[in-house]
Amino acid sequence: MFAMPAPLFEATSIRKDFAGVRALKGVSFELRAGEVHALIGENGAGKSTLIKIITGAVQADSGTLALSGEIVPRMNPVIARHLGIAAIYQQPSLFPDLTVAENIALALEAGSVWRLVRWRGRKQIAKELIERAGGSIDPERLASTLSMPEQQIVEIAKAMGANAKIVIMDEPTASLTEREVESFFGVIRALRARGVGVIYISHRLEEIAAIADRITVLRDGETIATRPASEVDRAELIELMVGRQIASVFPKHDVNLGKVAMELRKVTCRAAGVSNISLSVRRGEIFGLAGMAGSGRTQLAETVFGLTPADSGEIVLSGTPVKISSPASAVQHRIAYVPEDRRQHGVVLEMPIFANTSLASLASVSRNGLIQKQKEQDLAQQYLGQLRIKATSVHTVTSALSGGNQQKVALARWLATKPEVLILDEPTQGVDVGSKAEIHGLIVELAARGLSILLISSELPELLGMCDRIGVMHQGTIRGILMRKDATQQSILALAMGHG
Amino acid sequence: MKQLSAGIPVAAAVLFLFGIMAWAAPAYFSAANMQDLFLASVPVLLIALGMTLVILTGEIDISVGSIFAIAGVAAGVCAKLGFPGAAAISLACLVGATLGALNGVLVAYLHVPSIVVTLAAMIGWRDALRWATGGAWVSDLPAGFQWMGLNQRSYFAAMLVVALALVSIFAFALRYMAAGRAVYATGSSMEGARLSGINTPVVKASAFIALGAMTGLAAALNAVRFNQIPSNSGLGLEMKVIAAVVVGGTAIRGGRGSVFGTILGVILLGAIGPALTFVGVSAYWEKAIQGGIILAAAALEAVRRAFDKRTITQHAPA
Repeated sequence: MFAMPAPLFEATSIRKDFAGVRALKGVSFELRAGEVHALIGENGAGKSTLIKIITGAVQADSGTLALSGEIVPRMNPVIARHLGIAAIYQQPSLFPDLTVAENIALALEAGSVWRLVRWRGRKQIAKELIERAGGSIDPERLASTLSMPEQQIVEIAKAMGANAKIVIMDEPTASLTEREVESFFGVIRALRARGVGVIYISHRLEEIAAIADRITVLRDGETIATRPASEVDRAELIELMVGRQIASVFPKHDVNLGKVAMELRKVTCRAAGVSNISLSVRRGEIFGLAGMAGSGRTQLAETVFGLTPADSGEIVLSGTPVKISSPASAVQHRIAYVPEDRRQHGVVLEMPIFANTSLASLASVSRNGLIQKQKEQDLAQQYLGQLRIKATSVHTVTSALSGGNQQKVALARWLATKPEVLILDEPTQGVDVGSKAEIHGLIVELAARGLSILLISSELPELLGMCDRIGVMHQGTIRGILMRKDATQQSILALAMGHG
Repeated sequence: MKQLSAGIPVAAAVLFLFGIMAWAAPAYFSAANMQDLFLASVPVLLIALGMTLVILTGEIDISVGSIFAIAGVAAGVCAKLGFPGAAAISLACLVGATLGALNGVLVAYLHVPSIVVTLAAMIGWRDALRWATGGAWVSDLPAGFQWMGLNQRSYFAAMLVVALALVSIFAFALRYMAAGRAVYATGSSMEGARLSGINTPVVKASAFIALGAMTGLAAALNAVRFNQIPSNSGLGLEMKVIAAVVVGGTAIRGGRGSVFGTILGVILLGAIGPALTFVGVSAYWEKAIQGGIILAAAALEAVRRAFDKRTITQHAPA
């Protein structure tokens, strides 16, 4: 072995308490130049806190931070930036009404309020930085017109402009599609080749296997392990994160499929951009909907659910053609839709669990428009147990729950409508590994009880692991339907990209 | 429930004010003064009930002052034409509800921001009324219209009953009815409510209609106290009403608040002016103190939101 040079960055025995709660109990973490170091762990493991300490957003109670072997006695955001530490978050934080060049300039140009702006120089710099970040975006475009990956590229350009030596990426691919992720990885590899150290946080283990050189697992505020990525597999990582063995990654088992519960015949909705959709889902079946972002999966769900009613074609439920003109009529016909983005749309964060649970089935817990308190709370209590929602009581305010439990409340709301067809839109997005497995288990359980499930997901392993059949969408229509045994990542991707 | 806790600070403020008055000027609590205080506050109270609904859905209505003026004049004209008092009051409600519906439809179905719609309504209806009446007041009202044909004492009792009944209806509907839940859900997250099968445009439009009707009722019940109906009444009323709702702890962005809080807001802002007179402080201080109270309420709401955010981020994905 050669004598190793001091690592690019080192955090040693970091401790941090928040109001008496120990968030970090002596975490150590090391980042070398030119490596992508993944940081993984369940929600609450301490990843966010560690990142905040590295970027100087909060101060550690004890422990040291060192850059190239030199101890940094005090860290705050200004010092961090000065030292070349940059962070890119899940949601890009660009100013939507400013141009790309202005956004970059805001991050880079220091100086007095009265300085004059050199517009041409600004554009030139923006252009160069974007090229270095691996993109080609007109610097004059407004940030609000950029796609998600384009926004991420601008964020990276900002980091490069600041000569960042350490780039922290917190779930940067959360809003990207599989293909966009690939090109984003190209950018990360380019950064790595230039000797930048990348701290990469993600819940998607497949991505981590693809991009990371080393992986550090945090659990309950402690460093559990640091391993070369090539030496660990998915199951081992999950075990390290959860601290217990998870029976199987996907609990899908075969269910005797019943009659066709829902059939779509050439369903078209011009306003939603979906056309000529034909598919059928049987009782007990989990039917996956794959496709790139913008391929029309969510739009199809919204059409079936009556948010954007179909203008031609037929929706046939248990053999009877029905007309679904509004969410209310969808609920009447026993169709339920758990939307994407639970924090915004899935649950009302200010409301207690019981009010969230009953929101889509208020009629069934009220008489003459009057809510029957006991009935409402019994309903919530029933799902609290059935879905194993971790909360002190049904009166707990939903904002106090973890992401996985919020998602379960969203699920409870829709199960309370006694659906026969359940549409789930990205049900495990941003949910930690443990809750994810639980939600997968619940989905399988529901299917086993005879529900027909339409599962929309951007995670191919999830679709492959959970679904009986997978419909692949491209440009608002279904390009192909794959049986469980025939579906592979490659075959789905080919259809999703419009080939095959 | 959490919705009620928003009213605790204003409840404390009311108790504090009454405590001071009990010590400094017990005469403040004389029956006559309480009666005056109540009657002067009834219009604000009734309109504030409707405004609570509108603000809970995440909207605002600043046209209530103008609607108040139009409805009052309509009631007076109706009475002068020889219709009975009840008809005049019903007409005022109907006029208010219609104008509220117009606001509501524009906001809920055409998605015009409510501040713009009701600003236009506030200016437009005020000028339309000025044009229609030529600025003249409605006078020579029939005797049966005055005090609704009651004497002052029974009028007071009647107002007490009306106020209590309406307060109970609003509070009950918001807390115990599915419709009330829909109001809170719409204000908390309109898209989330829509995805839950709640017809959010209907919820919003209904809130505006209810507010309009309450404004009309308030205008008519107020008009009978005087022997003329000014065509420029209700100036600045919208600010009084909105202030009372906000001070009562209802979040201006919607989704959180209660009728209980609104009542206390009306009491607090209504009680301060007379209280100052009683303790011999210049009445000019009234507005300044009210402004301070509104500011304090807004600051409290901001702190509460920041605190909520903190508890939320603690559980956000790491």
